[in-house]
Amino acid sequence: MTLLPILLWSDLLIWLLVLAGAVLGVLSWRNPPLRAAWRRVGRSRPGMASATVLAAFVLVGLLDSLHYRPRLENGDLGQPAAYAIEVLSALDAIAEPLRSRNEKTYSAPLATRAYAKESIEVRGADGRVQTTREFPRLKFGGLHLGEEEGTRDGDVLTRVLTAETFALGILAVVSLGAACFVARRGRVTVGRAWRNLWRGETEFAWNAVLVTLGVLLLTLLPVLFLCVDYHVFGTDKVGQDVFYQILKSVRTALVIGLVTTLVTLPLAIGLGILAGYFRGWVDDVIQYLYTTLSSIPGVLLIAAAVLMMQVVIDTHPQWFATAAERADLRLLALCFILGLTSWTGLCRLLRGETLKLRELEYIQAAQAFGVADFRILLRHIMPNLMHIIIIALVMDFSGLVLAEAVLSYVGIGVDPSMISFGTMINNARMELAREPMVWWSLASAFTFMFALVLAANLLADAVRDAFDPRMAGSS
Amino acid sequence: MLAYLLRRLLYAIPILIGVNLITFALFFIVNTPDDMARMQLGVKRVTAEAIEKWKAERGYDKPLFVNAKAPGVDVVTDTIFFSKSARMFVGDFGRAEDGRDITKEITSRMGPSLAIALPTFILGLFVTVSFALLLAFFRATYLDFWGVVLCVAMMSISGLFYIIGGQYLISKLWRLVPISGYTAGLDAWKFLILPVLIGVISGIGSSARWYRTIFLEEIGKDYVRTARAKGLSEITVLFRHVLRNAMIPILTGVVVVIPLLFMGSLLTESFFGIPGLGSYTIDAINAQDFAVVRAMVFIGSVLYIVGLILTDISYTFVDPRIRFE
Repeated sequence: MTLLPILLWSDLLIWLLVLAGAVLGVLSWRNPPLRAAWRRVGRSRPGMASATVLAAFVLVGLLDSLHYRPRLENGDLGQPAAYAIEVLSALDAIAEPLRSRNEKTYSAPLATRAYAKESIEVRGADGRVQTTREFPRLKFGGLHLGEEEGTRDGDVLTRVLTAETFALGILAVVSLGAACFVARRGRVTVGRAWRNLWRGETEFAWNAVLVTLGVLLLTLLPVLFLCVDYHVFGTDKVGQDVFYQILKSVRTALVIGLVTTLVTLPLAIGLGILAGYFRGWVDDVIQYLYTTLSSIPGVLLIAAAVLMMQVVIDTHPQWFATAAERADLRLLALCFILGLTSWTGLCRLLRGETLKLRELEYIQAAQAFGVADFRILLRHIMPNLMHIIIIALVMDFSGLVLAEAVLSYVGIGVDPSMISFGTMINNARMELAREPMVWWSLASAFTFMFALVLAANLLADAVRDAFDPRMAGSS
Repeated sequence: MLAYLLRRLLYAIPILIGVNLITFALFFIVNTPDDMARMQLGVKRVTAEAIEKWKAERGYDKPLFVNAKAPGVDVVTDTIFFSKSARMFVGDFGRAEDGRDITKEITSRMGPSLAIALPTFILGLFVTVSFALLLAFFRATYLDFWGVVLCVAMMSISGLFYIIGGQYLISKLWRLVPISGYTAGLDAWKFLILPVLIGVISGIGSSARWYRTIFLEEIGKDYVRTARAKGLSEITVLFRHVLRNAMIPILTGVVVVIPLLFMGSLLTESFFGIPGLGSYTIDAINAQDFAVVRAMVFIGSVLYIVGLILTDISYTFVDPRIRFE
């Protein structure tokens, strides 16, 4: 074995979520009203465009969720294999050059020289050592150019142009594939399907997906082509590539946004329908519970809980084999805390809806037939609450991603060693005050976070419009 | 009405007791005072005596709930729960890590917090309601469409960006107002303009979009059609009829937060260096000052419950149909 696979707890939960998503997909596909609602989501152009963007983020996040520890080269075959203490992911393996090519300190995007002057000793023609102040050459940024730094702009331009050609080629192939698919499904000629597809006359918003894919390819392929030899978004204070940090932040944001709902859902669904269905003292107890929890201002409860968690983690270093495991557990604890503080809203909604549903005739009929309460809840109430749950799920995501940044800034977020949008912003907060200004870290973190949250918000809108029965008539 | 209020106030007591128990459990049972002492003292100076001394100085050396050794009533009162948690009900929050009285600190820091939070709240409400009304007035036009797009974009931007960007643009680049700081008295206005402005702008996106849906829901109702059929102008319909009726759902979300304005805003205050309760909380979090965080949690929930009761009262003002019995 050249590597030791590691399954961090958050990896496990992420892959469980993928599985749960698949199961949920199959289940809701079998349920006709839900299937119709998903079809409506598929028809929505903003919804599908944002889904494409989100898919790209999720791909990065999933790649970053396959962890391993590389084997150390100890040469001797007889010895038991030793593995590095460092935990890497599949994404790290792919982005190896980004991860390992660290400069000394700040450098601007695409720069070949550092951002600040340094004293450099130059041996003059007469053999004497002279000290001059100049911008030192970067160790890796634009290394392939050698002495000819002047050719950088030309080199960047050729790379961008090649990348754009590739992007257009890929886009053409994918669109043709989509057209063929539409033609097969609709039993029409490919040319006809091609026209329908671009005019938006297909059942699924193919044109939105393809246009978004095109935009993504046209912007990201050049970045990929350039990042092999340059620091496309510059480097930060300790010389780490900002683009690499962005890629790593994606997984943290996804874990916070998705795993939190995994904590929220069972609590909210279970307690909400129990309170609404059984009423009486069960309702009183559950109402008391969520009123008490929701009356503590969210940030403060999170702060208190995170502080306590930090103490527990700091006083029990023996629980964690690697630093990554500690950071990972802290991330999960944060999700858990966020989930515990945010289930009350959904619980209240579900309780109200269940109160309404239990008075309907078909539930009374089921009760009259002597169907067990548990079965009524599972077969008759739960499916009719699905739309609220799905809407809440997608609506919460963007808020949680934004909350992570704020919490990390306040100092009660993820582990400082874990790369996330919040820690990136936190580390870079004083950089705008520098002379000359260092803007690239902050700008890239905010841009990518904005893209993620905007896509999530747009998808949430599309899903809400499709699933909310009150909206169904209006569109 | 009075009987209803009284009942609501009585109902608040078990909730506050619950909050108190939750914070007590978090701060004293999940983490024992020993853990806290180790944390505060740092790794180097940890000895059994030092921990005992630290606990004795702060009164953490007592038993949690029942002090069997103490005489008389002291069985219950000479405990951590009574001296640290139950005393919060009478406004005694004890001392912070630096030895200062928390209650005094809180009362002196409320002013600066309110000086930011109150203008932000009032101006923000005015701006967002006007913007939402504007969108509702131009409903189903391009202006409405792009207005909503703008709202979604604005609510997707991190609050940190508004603050960092605003400080950079207005204070550093244009040098219009100081970047941060605070003075007492009327001179404080130049320190307050920027945080208030940023607070208003960062809140527009989500609230304006939400108010717009409320307005549109009202506009679709029968009484609006009647009002139009009577020949009222669109402006009159919007301001006299729609706005008034839309106030009920808007009030639910808005009145609840009024008491919480006392708490200030964590982010704004720490970025702009305003000595309010928000920055007090942040400093306490960073210094791991458990007593202060515990006090803030308790005050926050008291204020929230006050907000809920205020919401109920405000209902009766805007909707004469609602009567509490």
